[in-house]
Amino acid sequence: MRITRLNTDIIEIEQEKADLSSIDPLIEKYRNKKGNMIPILQGIQEIFGYIPRDAFEKVSNETGLELSDMYGVATFYSQFRLNPIGKIIIKVCHGTACHVQNANAITDAIQDALKVNDGETTEDGLFTLESVACLGCCSLAPVMMIGDETYGKLTGDKAVKIIRGIKRQETN
Amino acid sequence: MEKIKVIVGLGSCGIAAGAKKVFDKIKDIQKTENLEFELKKTSCIGMCYREPLVEVIDETGSFMYGEIDEDKAAEIIEKHLKKNEPIKDYVVKADTFKTIDNTFIDDQVKITLRNCGYIDPENIEEYEARDGYRAIKKIAGQSVSRLDVIQTIINSGLRGRGGGGFPTGLKWKFANNNKAEDKYIICNADEGDPGAFMDRSVLEGDPHSVVEGMIIGAYAIEATDGVIYCRAEYPLAIKRLEIAIDQARKKGYLGKNVLGIHGFNFDIYIKEGAGAFVCGEETALIASVEGERGMPRKRPPFPAASGLWKQPTNINNVETLANIPWIIINSAQAYSKYGTEKSKGTKVFALAGKIKRSGLAEVPMGMTIRDVIFKIGGGIQNDKKFKAVQMGGPSGGCIPEHLLDTIVDYDSVNATGAIMGSGGMVVMDEETCMIDVAKFFLDFTQKESCGKCTFCRVGTKRMLEILTRITEGEGEEGDIERLEELAYQIKDSSLCGLGQTAPNPVLTTIKYFRHEYEAHIYDKKCPAKVCKKLLTYEVDPEKCTGCTVCAINCPTDAIDGSRKEVHFIRQDDCIQCGSCFTKCKFDAIKVF
Repeated sequence: MRITRLNTDIIEIEQEKADLSSIDPLIEKYRNKKGNMIPILQGIQEIFGYIPRDAFEKVSNETGLELSDMYGVATFYSQFRLNPIGKIIIKVCHGTACHVQNANAITDAIQDALKVNDGETTEDGLFTLESVACLGCCSLAPVMMIGDETYGKLTGDKAVKIIRGIKRQETN
Repeated sequence: MEKIKVIVGLGSCGIAAGAKKVFDKIKDIQKTENLEFELKKTSCIGMCYREPLVEVIDETGSFMYGEIDEDKAAEIIEKHLKKNEPIKDYVVKADTFKTIDNTFIDDQVKITLRNCGYIDPENIEEYEARDGYRAIKKIAGQSVSRLDVIQTIINSGLRGRGGGGFPTGLKWKFANNNKAEDKYIICNADEGDPGAFMDRSVLEGDPHSVVEGMIIGAYAIEATDGVIYCRAEYPLAIKRLEIAIDQARKKGYLGKNVLGIHGFNFDIYIKEGAGAFVCGEETALIASVEGERGMPRKRPPFPAASGLWKQPTNINNVETLANIPWIIINSAQAYSKYGTEKSKGTKVFALAGKIKRSGLAEVPMGMTIRDVIFKIGGGIQNDKKFKAVQMGGPSGGCIPEHLLDTIVDYDSVNATGAIMGSGGMVVMDEETCMIDVAKFFLDFTQKESCGKCTFCRVGTKRMLEILTRITEGEGEEGDIERLEELAYQIKDSSLCGLGQTAPNPVLTTIKYFRHEYEAHIYDKKCPAKVCKKLLTYEVDPEKCTGCTVCAINCPTDAIDGSRKEVHFIRQDDCIQCGSCFTKCKFDAIKVF
């Protein structure tokens, strides 16, 4: 059952064939180690930004980890992604402090401006919009994080302006 | 004469507020002008509301400057460093005079946070210079027995700071009683409460105190391996922990025969959590460390008997561990002199929400919640009216105004229906809708439920549906009772803490803010004006200038009016999106 779901879930987006040789050192490093599944998946995501379907199969073939177990773990934790992401990730904080300071308005404004829903990537592949639980910068609420940069005390307009600025830089 | 020190606070929140730019600017000026002073980094000192913070220590003492940008930093160098004239207007804390921020500082007692903001967390010598690793050296030097260490922690009255409040010493005793070849000590640094950031600050600001706490714990229970389970969302904390562990190894605090204690071999490694709130639960955390889905397991057997890889395992929270070295050095009595009868010592709170001074405050147990919020936290932003404070995150509850004099200790907070939790205090004012807050938390727990127990998996979803209906004006008579019934069933039938506490935010808001539920259900009104579907938007003819901005932005064309004439909203077509309200520059849209 789970394996068929794996097919349908991922097939929606045409995935480019990723070059999987880059995960060889990772497999070597964790081969036969106890509790290796999460670090392997984290390592793959570090390389590709998501976990390509082929990578699951390769790891399974080479380490003997069950495909179904790996898929179970990958879908359990919020960190793992099964689809490619945009070049830049916009993380809008929806922790309690940000929520009471109206974080929904920030997400709404960005969704409007970029024409994407939460969790989706823009058509040009530039931005992925994500809601996250807490970035731990509660004193600056509401907050969003783009790349490594955190922006605080936002309003919807401010957030959109920042994103437009980044888009201009990227497309020029 | 000693060199003047300039210290910039570079914790996550400081960096977010621009501290890195300030640091670079100071470094730049120092280089180009060839100035003689020592430039250093530290981490969060707790005054997040004044970030970025720059401390200057000269021969007269310390001057903490707040809200510093690049220009102000240049000004400080010009006046304070070159001409020896401190700029009092920017000072938020000083050795030689009082500021308005002293009310934030004066009532705090810093034990857990004793080094945060004072040392460079990436430098083990600075930690050692402030009594660091003296506790484990004392144990090694005086050959203090394992049972004596455990007894000291029992006597101190320290209880688990992760939320459960179980006596730490007893936990160690149980783990010590179970003999095995391999034993584990795990530091739970999977701070998942949205709105709490104490652990992050300790890990970023004083990672060695946690490492030393683990070494002492490992000695006490005879553990062979240590695991720090830290959430991947805290990259800076992980980086600093890695540095700290590496430095501790080089100095012989970790490794074989630690500090010459024969047969005490102990090392620590970090496991990055992959994002699952339920992993705060001990047995789920263990499953996650083993590389599986983080689903809780049945207890007994308790981790102390059979935990990680089926070996005896002891799990402590970051804040708990950071207290341990202090207690060993200063004695159990020194610690237990703070606090109440059943809750000893201090507790760190993360103040956030609609409070004037967001930040970290460490207070002795027994202080009233009122004092924490109004004295230390400075009260409510824009002097609005206090409505409630949320304690304990998704497992906790909302404490209303009439219970503000409740004291901070495990039992008193539990009695209100909230919990002490890990220490998040999110303050809410009259503009916060309590049903919306309850919905927010339930939405969180519903998503984070691992799905093992039916009542938690399905029950939280049903409760969320009811709450969503209520906030959208579809509430029905009997909804409150249905919520309560579901809440108690979920509490009774869930295996782990997540399910057992998930209904708390709903139960406490029903208990203390039932009138708000009733206003939503029967009057179809949201008193706090948050639930959009229950609002009515109207144009104030006095203020409307006829600029047409609202009409242009209205997605359903529900606004009539021509240029320079008063506009009008057709209620039948209005979908309460609030776009006119946010776009109007003249405050001319009224909300009811």
